Amino acid sequence: MTTRTGATADPTNDPYAPQADYTAGPVFTVTGQDWDSIVNGAAEAEAERVVVNMGPQHPSTHGVLRLILELDGETVTEARCGIGYLHTGIEKNMEYRNWVQGTTFCTRMDYLAPFYNEAAYARGVERLLDIEDDVPEKALVMRVLLMELNRISSHLVAIATGGMEIGALTVMTIGFRERELVLDMFELITGLRMNHAFIRPGGVAQDMPPGALESIREFVKLMKKRLPEYAAFCNANPIFKGRLTDVGTLDLAGCLALGVTGPALRSTGYPWDLRRTEPYWGYDTYDFDVVTWDTADSYGRFRIRLEEMWQSLRIVEQCADRLGDLEDAPVIVADKKIAWPAQLSVGADGMGNSLDHIRHIMGESMEALIHHFKLVTEGFRVPAGQAYGVVEAPRGELACHVVSDGGTRPYRAHFRDPSFVNLQAVSVMSEGGMVADVIVAVASLDPVMGGVDR
Amino acid sequence: MTTPEDTSDDRPSGSSAGRPDDSSEEPTYETTDKGHTPAEKDLHARVRRKEVGQSSAEPAIGSSPHGPDRDLGVREDMPENTVVPAGASSLEVVAVREGMFGVQGSGDTSGYGRLRRPVVMPGATPRPYGGWFDEFADRLELVLADQGVSGAIERVVVHRGEMTVHLRREHLLTTMQQLRDDPHLRFEMFSGISGVHYPEDTGRELHAVYHLLSMTHNRRIRLEVSVPDADPHLPSVMSVYPTADWHERETYDFFGMIFDGHPALTRIMMPDDWPGHPQRKDYPLGGIPVEYKGATIPPPDTRRSYR
Repeated sequence: MTTRTGATADPTNDPYAPQADYTAGPVFTVTGQDWDSIVNGAAEAEAERVVVNMGPQHPSTHGVLRLILELDGETVTEARCGIGYLHTGIEKNMEYRNWVQGTTFCTRMDYLAPFYNEAAYARGVERLLDIEDDVPEKALVMRVLLMELNRISSHLVAIATGGMEIGALTVMTIGFRERELVLDMFELITGLRMNHAFIRPGGVAQDMPPGALESIREFVKLMKKRLPEYAAFCNANPIFKGRLTDVGTLDLAGCLALGVTGPALRSTGYPWDLRRTEPYWGYDTYDFDVVTWDTADSYGRFRIRLEEMWQSLRIVEQCADRLGDLEDAPVIVADKKIAWPAQLSVGADGMGNSLDHIRHIMGESMEALIHHFKLVTEGFRVPAGQAYGVVEAPRGELACHVVSDGGTRPYRAHFRDPSFVNLQAVSVMSEGGMVADVIVAVASLDPVMGGVDR
Repeated sequence: MTTPEDTSDDRPSGSSAGRPDDSSEEPTYETTDKGHTPAEKDLHARVRRKEVGQSSAEPAIGSSPHGPDRDLGVREDMPENTVVPAGASSLEVVAVREGMFGVQGSGDTSGYGRLRRPVVMPGATPRPYGGWFDEFADRLELVLADQGVSGAIERVVVHRGEMTVHLRREHLLTTMQQLRDDPHLRFEMFSGISGVHYPEDTGRELHAVYHLLSMTHNRRIRLEVSVPDADPHLPSVMSVYPTADWHERETYDFFGMIFDGHPALTRIMMPDDWPGHPQRKDYPLGGIPVEYKGATIPPPDTRRSYR
């Protein structure tokens, strides 16, 4: 066995891997600042087949994604993904909490698009409860509003990190600057910047706070000024175009065979968007265009994301107008056996149950106290059966398969995360290209490992 | 560019741990019928006796003898607390729960310990299913008959506006091929697989649920295949839908279902040498008690629960 390392010690003395069994040739551990030893070592070994293990801790793999690349010079001959480094057993955990608590878990999967996780779950559970038509109008408008704001923040991160990975650092800094504005909106409406658990089966957790609509209108106005900056930075930038054009191509047949959805599918020119093809929660009543591109490459996906943010802004404006007419309307189903009993309010010591509610259950109504206790500890029961709740997430089709046994907890909740499925296309998109293009191809799919590994 | 068929995902080295036996010859599957043990599940048996169309030799789609205004027919046998899925045409018992709070063997002073609740899922739906479901079912029957396949469909469940076709595993691949290729069916998008584990449903413990989408006709269907725990084999559909690759690996990883014909059925989420299949119901959640302000909170899977 020949082992050469750079800055690290000899791995045969590694106390954490004492029985390492190497079947491959020379192994190099690259930690930076040791390039000479790598170059010399590789030249000595005369290896024909170089396997590069990129990640899971690597700044350009878009999260804890491990890429296993077989190289011939700088050309990738084979590319495979290794995933599972962020597996947290969310689906298993959901089986041990009640239906409302499930929201709290699933919102943490695709952490850049938390509202979509909740939305897919809520759609499934509401279908099983047969209350899809009972969810109040205002809750649906608020859901659409939050989801479209979320689409903007998610696409901003996609463009920002994608830009950073190819060296366009300004795109990264302005992307995160704008995302911050969206997160401020989230914080204003839900109380949290991420992991909101706000969309609950039956409605949403809380009514709009006072002054939120004005903030949203200001935000839209500001974004209309800021979004053109991305176009000015990137659209015609020769370096940007040179890195993205014709890189990571995947045509329509490839997308369908591999189950790829979202911007990657639409970049082939096929206008498949569940908001249009399978409208839910009133999406058919909003004015927006499904954005497509015809190049099926990374540049097309970038342009689609950019344009989709404009379309989302249009929807956000329409939501704000509708919410203006829906003041004091209910935000959760009228069925008291399902609706969460308490409304939250902000007190001196932070957010908690509103004092009015506490006065009601502790001082006025024994029945209300019993109801509160039963719903909060035991939770509601969902009739047995299975349902498939599906939404168009920023990355494609996000679906939740919920199975109920008639109990107070999900018997099984499985999420079809678009990142998980889209990652399968990395092999096809990057084999035969350069190593540097693998990064671009992965970034154009924008996988979020929290969603992939769940 | 590489073709989409080239997506087999081989771990580069040392990934043989936990990999099932690779038999190259065409796998054969026994038809699985339910074999409940009546002694411990008499309720099961009583309920099932009244059920129709269950595992008879060859139930074609919609062969259920239910009349239009049928009665579910099982209620008087069931305890009062049975949660019957609304809108179901018949019922399918998959388990019987006992007690109330999930605590066993501590002596029952509350009386709740005698509670019995059968877990009933929506059972077979008689025709007409309504909407496009009938047209779809007719076409599927026709193309399957053309292929010389009979008895592929175990039963059809239409519930909450969604259609589930229960298939026998030996015909899964043929059916999938027809669903994708027939222009009147054309389910070109394979959305995913989810496994479900019903440990008390003897002989049909493991279910693989396939979600298909037809973009041409804008329809969604669900296929469900059940296999016994003792023989958890079913055919891989990767040859029809290459995207099934990771979904099958995931289902294998979490449930131990073995997809025959998959080129590299290795674990995908858990480490290669992980023992057991974590999403199965008999696999513990794990966790440790947490102390907070003097009180000890047990881990979630040992807390009191409502059954």
